[in-house]
Amino acid sequence: MQLVGRAVWDASCLLGDLTLFSLRMLGWLTVRLPRGRTLWPILFQVGVESLPVILITGGFIGMVLAVQSYDQFKLMHLENQLGAVINVTLVKELGPVLAAVMLAGRVGSAISAELGTMRVTEQIDALTALGADPIAYLVVPRFLACFLLIPLLTLFADGIGVLTGWVFSTVVLGIDSFPYWHYSTRFVTGWELFTGILKSVFFGAAIAVIACHRGFHSRAGAEGVGRAATEAFVYSFIAILTIDFLLGAFLMKMYFVLWPM
Amino acid sequence: MSNDQPIIELRGVSKRFGTQPVLRDISLDVHRGETLVVIGESGCGKSVTLKLMMDLMKPDAGELRWDGRPVRSMSTREITRERLRFGYLFQSAALFDSLTVFENVAFGLRQNTTMPEDRVRDIVRARLRDVGLEAGVVAEKKPAQLSGGMRKRVGLARALALDPEVILYDEPTTGLDPIMSDVINELILQTRARRPVTSIVITHDMITVRKVATRIVMFEPLSRLRPDEPQLIFEGSAADAFDSPDPRVAQFVRGEAGERLQELAAA
Repeated sequence: MQLVGRAVWDASCLLGDLTLFSLRMLGWLTVRLPRGRTLWPILFQVGVESLPVILITGGFIGMVLAVQSYDQFKLMHLENQLGAVINVTLVKELGPVLAAVMLAGRVGSAISAELGTMRVTEQIDALTALGADPIAYLVVPRFLACFLLIPLLTLFADGIGVLTGWVFSTVVLGIDSFPYWHYSTRFVTGWELFTGILKSVFFGAAIAVIACHRGFHSRAGAEGVGRAATEAFVYSFIAILTIDFLLGAFLMKMYFVLWPM
Repeated sequence: MSNDQPIIELRGVSKRFGTQPVLRDISLDVHRGETLVVIGESGCGKSVTLKLMMDLMKPDAGELRWDGRPVRSMSTREITRERLRFGYLFQSAALFDSLTVFENVAFGLRQNTTMPEDRVRDIVRARLRDVGLEAGVVAEKKPAQLSGGMRKRVGLARALALDPEVILYDEPTTGLDPIMSDVINELILQTRARRPVTSIVITHDMITVRKVATRIVMFEPLSRLRPDEPQLIFEGSAADAFDSPDPRVAQFVRGEAGERLQELAAA
């Protein structure tokens, strides 16, 4: 019982600290935008350098969805509608979530390890000593990069997933292109696309804040930095699933409010 | 501002990390123009004291004052501005890995002034020259490409770039060979000779102590003290420290293990 109480207390402290950290970051975001020479390398690191891994992720999601769905749809003689299920799942759910998980591993852990190393080698103290606020100088550009580019990277993952799903379904599974796209365009609407992108905006913000927070609170030594990077990924993963569930439920409710049956 | 007014004051300062107390009720003044050297065993809280003096860390109890003004009464903006009067040479130099030597030294100038870039360039070159480095050779290098001694010198150039009134040196010669240690000691003396600067030096190096100190204070780790004993066990000149009747001070400055060997054997 004591252990459970302790765990709840620790989780509450972490959430409170994370909220204060986010508020400080948002405060700086409204006061001063980062300079180009600080922002561009981070945009490059988060965006361009993540592109290969995102394209691989998206590509395989499309093909895996085709493989997994085909047999069940064939049993019901609905294989012509395979495009709809692949593309709806991809755009609305699996594309944003798996891209975010991949980016939490690649970008989030890298940010956390970098800031953790800066913490333990006193570079963050050096920033303060030289008149720069570490949140403004380190966190704000990383937040902006993740917030703006993770949705864009998700679009790339979606795009390549749609493409590989179609190629695999038509070339390997022998489904005709016309019904594939016909059902896809019927079921994948602007709402599905909006849902997926909105989720990825929240995922991007959560990955950035969690990774920076863990990096800032890294303990000394290689073990401390390694732990910070692991925590950044694990906490981001939990945040992604939580946001996915809450936002999914909220958007479904909104859909029925906006377009009643 | 009166010249008698200490530039930095710590009043009854305590600090702990988790359950580990590091500093207990420390009161210490730093006077304008002096070179205060802080000595003591590893883990006695010397580096923490330096960070508290620059408000890079908050004390759990007690007060920090700059020019007699409690730092706690200042706004964040004011603290940031006032902090620029201090230059800090970190133990590991703490150069920004992702920036070149030039960008490291220029960082404070670019961050806090609207100086034109050619003026920034001139100052960076002058500061690198002050620490015996040629801008043409090192300016475009990354910190990872420098030796330990060069990193310390670049760190010193960066600390000097904003022309600070106070320079805080955290173990400036630790990890350096004897010749490079002497170069750093000479740089501390040259910096003091060139400008009216106040210096606070943390060191274990008795050559540095003899060479640069105008006043010495010695801390004892709390683990070796009774609850009622003061943590600051010595204050005086270098000569006083070497002649101290207190065996703890005498052993430390002479580098003698003393009863520690028996403690080790007993353990």
